[in-house]
Formats: sequence, C-alpha cells, structure tokens
Amino acid sequence: MSSLAQKRYNRRTIALSIVYALTLLGAVYAFKHHWVSGAAAVIVGVLPALPIIGIFVAIGRLLVEETDEYLRILIVRQTLWASGFALSIATLWGFLESFEIVGHVESYYVAVLWFGGLGLGSAMNRLTLGKVGA
Amino acid sequence: MTNRLRVLRAERGWSQGDLADRLEVSRQSVNAIETGRYDPSLPLAFRIAELFERAIEEIFVSPSKEKSA
Repeated sequence: MSSLAQKRYNRRTIALSIVYALTLLGAVYAFKHHWVSGAAAVIVGVLPALPIIGIFVAIGRLLVEETDEYLRILIVRQTLWASGFALSIATLWGFLESFEIVGHVESYYVAVLWFGGLGLGSAMNRLTLGKVGA
Repeated sequence: MTNRLRVLRAERGWSQGDLADRLEVSRQSVNAIETGRYDPSLPLAFRIAELFERAIEEIFVSPSKEKSA
C-alpha cells in the first residue's frame, strides 16, 4: 500500500535521483576537462552531494508528512537499521584503514551503505512483523 | 496488546479495509493492531473506542490485568 506521503516521497526521490545523475555527470566531465579550479571547483564538487542530501531531507519529510502512525513506525525502524548498518560498517572500515589492513574508501560510500541499509531495514520489518511489516 | 477489535469489526460486518477507511489509517495498521503486533497511540485508541462507542478498556485488554488473569 502507498500513502499520499509515500507517493510524494517517491516523486521527490525520483526527481532528486535525476538531478544527482545530471550533476554527477556534469561534475565528472568538468573536472576531467579541467574546466574548473579554485572556488568554482569547490562549488562543482559539492553539486552532486546536494541531491543526495535532498534525499535525506525527503525521508525526513516523509516522517513528518506520514499521517499513519503505524507506517511511520515502520519507516523509523527501517531508518534505524540503515543508520546502525552504515555507521557500523564505516566504523569497522575506519579502524581497518587506520591499521593499513584495507585501502582508502571515499566517505560518500557511507550514504551508499545507508541506502542499502534501508533495504535491510525493510527486510527486518518483514522478518520481525511478518505480513504487517511489509 | 490483546484486543477485541476483530470481534467488534466482525459484528458490524466490516472488512479491515472498511475499518481502516473509517479510522483514516492504512489497512496494514488495522491488521497490525488486530494481531497485537502494534499498540496504537492514545489518540488512535480513542478514535477506535469512539467509532465502536465503547470505552477503551472494553476494546483493549490492559497488559497488567492480562497477566493477573
């Protein structure tokens, strides 16, 4: 089932994903061709991060706008799993990296882990609550 | 929390969807409450009680009373 808030969230994330793809392609192209430097490089470098931050905001808006308290609880549980998962992997990796056991990984991968963690959270909701957790 | 929601709903011949519409919540919420997997907030418990014209404790069984029973 999909509530109105969920539909708005879906629309927002689709739009932000398109903006992300465009800004990432543009930034990669601009840096590859050495079009930007100094302050402009900082601005262009930050651009792909903004739609990702926008998706975090969209999830926050979903929690605010979702009027169904049970569905809201499911989202809260899902995001807690995502946060725990992403922070745990990032912490583990950070220590292993400090001890030079693993190579360096860019910190934006924490966001990738977090989005993956949302899938884990959804699976845990289903696993612990059964049909009503889906 | 144990509750009599399914019985009260069945007495009126309502489906879970019908009850969900009347309470302005998802059918998933009604299912979660009926099966005791989710305890509604006090405002939602009051909405349920008012809809069935019953006191809250006539619908939801107090966990402490349930233990002593």
